[in-house]
Amino acid sequence: MAVDEGLKSELQKQGLYVTTWDQLVNWGRSNSIWPLQFGLACCAIEMIATAASRYDIARFGSEIFRASPRQADLMIVAGTVTKKMAPQVVRLYNQMAEPKYVISMGACATSGGPFHTGYNVLKGIDRYLPVDVYIPGCPPTPQALLEGLMRLQERIRSRSMGQEVGAKEAEYPVPAFGASGLEPRYNPGVFQPRKPWPDPPSPAAPSHAAAS
Amino acid sequence: MLPPPEELKRALEELLPGVSLTLEGAVLFVEPKDLAAVCRCLKQQERFGLDYLANLTAVDYPPDPASGGAGRIDVVYHLYSMAQKHGPVALKVKLPRQQPVVASVTPIWRGAEFQEREAYDLFGVTFEGHPDLRRILMWDGFIGHPMRKDYVPEDQDAPLERPS
Repeated sequence: MAVDEGLKSELQKQGLYVTTWDQLVNWGRSNSIWPLQFGLACCAIEMIATAASRYDIARFGSEIFRASPRQADLMIVAGTVTKKMAPQVVRLYNQMAEPKYVISMGACATSGGPFHTGYNVLKGIDRYLPVDVYIPGCPPTPQALLEGLMRLQERIRSRSMGQEVGAKEAEYPVPAFGASGLEPRYNPGVFQPRKPWPDPPSPAAPSHAAAS
Repeated sequence: MLPPPEELKRALEELLPGVSLTLEGAVLFVEPKDLAAVCRCLKQQERFGLDYLANLTAVDYPPDPASGGAGRIDVVYHLYSMAQKHGPVALKVKLPRQQPVVASVTPIWRGAEFQEREAYDLFGVTFEGHPDLRRILMWDGFIGHPMRKDYVPEDQDAPLERPS
């Protein structure tokens, strides 16, 4: 239930603050997102720079990088997810407490990036996990990561906590090693491969060919 | 100082009777059967003293349909001397692509162990006498050698089979 902004402002002048439970909880949740402390490749260096004093992720309440998934709210997939690493990433996600969020940081975590045609890299962590925010870049700048974090905060504020807990499955299946890659290749519950582009229409036959 | 490649080749052939080397540019090509003897000589002889294997890798030359060749795999060794501060010496071994087998140099240079495992994993070269020859980068159940030119990676976008 939303509170009328004009009424709220009038009441504030009288020293009376009105809010809803959802707004209060989301204000707290969105300003204390604790990320999971792990990095996979060079994006992690930018993530570290974001946490250091120049960019200062503490301004957004996310400075407490937790070394345990049990205490983390946000998984920043910072870097190339190889096929060999993917099961561990999914397992870490499964161990996090609800409600939990995923930021796919950089080209590799989003699509495989420069390793897209390779044999050893997963073409995007969104094949196995529900990603909330994608950050483009190779690697994204600290500013881009902060922008992604602010988008995530907006997302958290826009929905009530009850909706968040029910929105995702508690546990996602961990892929296994197969003969040439991971089994299964993606989790159909969160990902469907893009259909190939339709063939371009064949050019119209020249008129003299049609006439003869 | 290390002698130039021509003199190195001559010196090795004098020291090891029955061994013949081929020089191409700065690279010494060794017969697969002679590899262990040549490497041991290069390490143990005082004037070479090549005590450090900096690099061991393989190169895939797939069959060429134009010339009808069967293709080959070269194993490359780069040797330096830490004591005498010279190098590198480049050795190569030509192996048949169907069944590339060569003697392991792990007993000579301990640091070859992981590099030979990598060449085994990615190129399928078997190193005889290696203490622990198994895959190092890919997992155990993986089939194929992905750095070979004819390896086709899986299509990760292929639709999943419907469970029947």
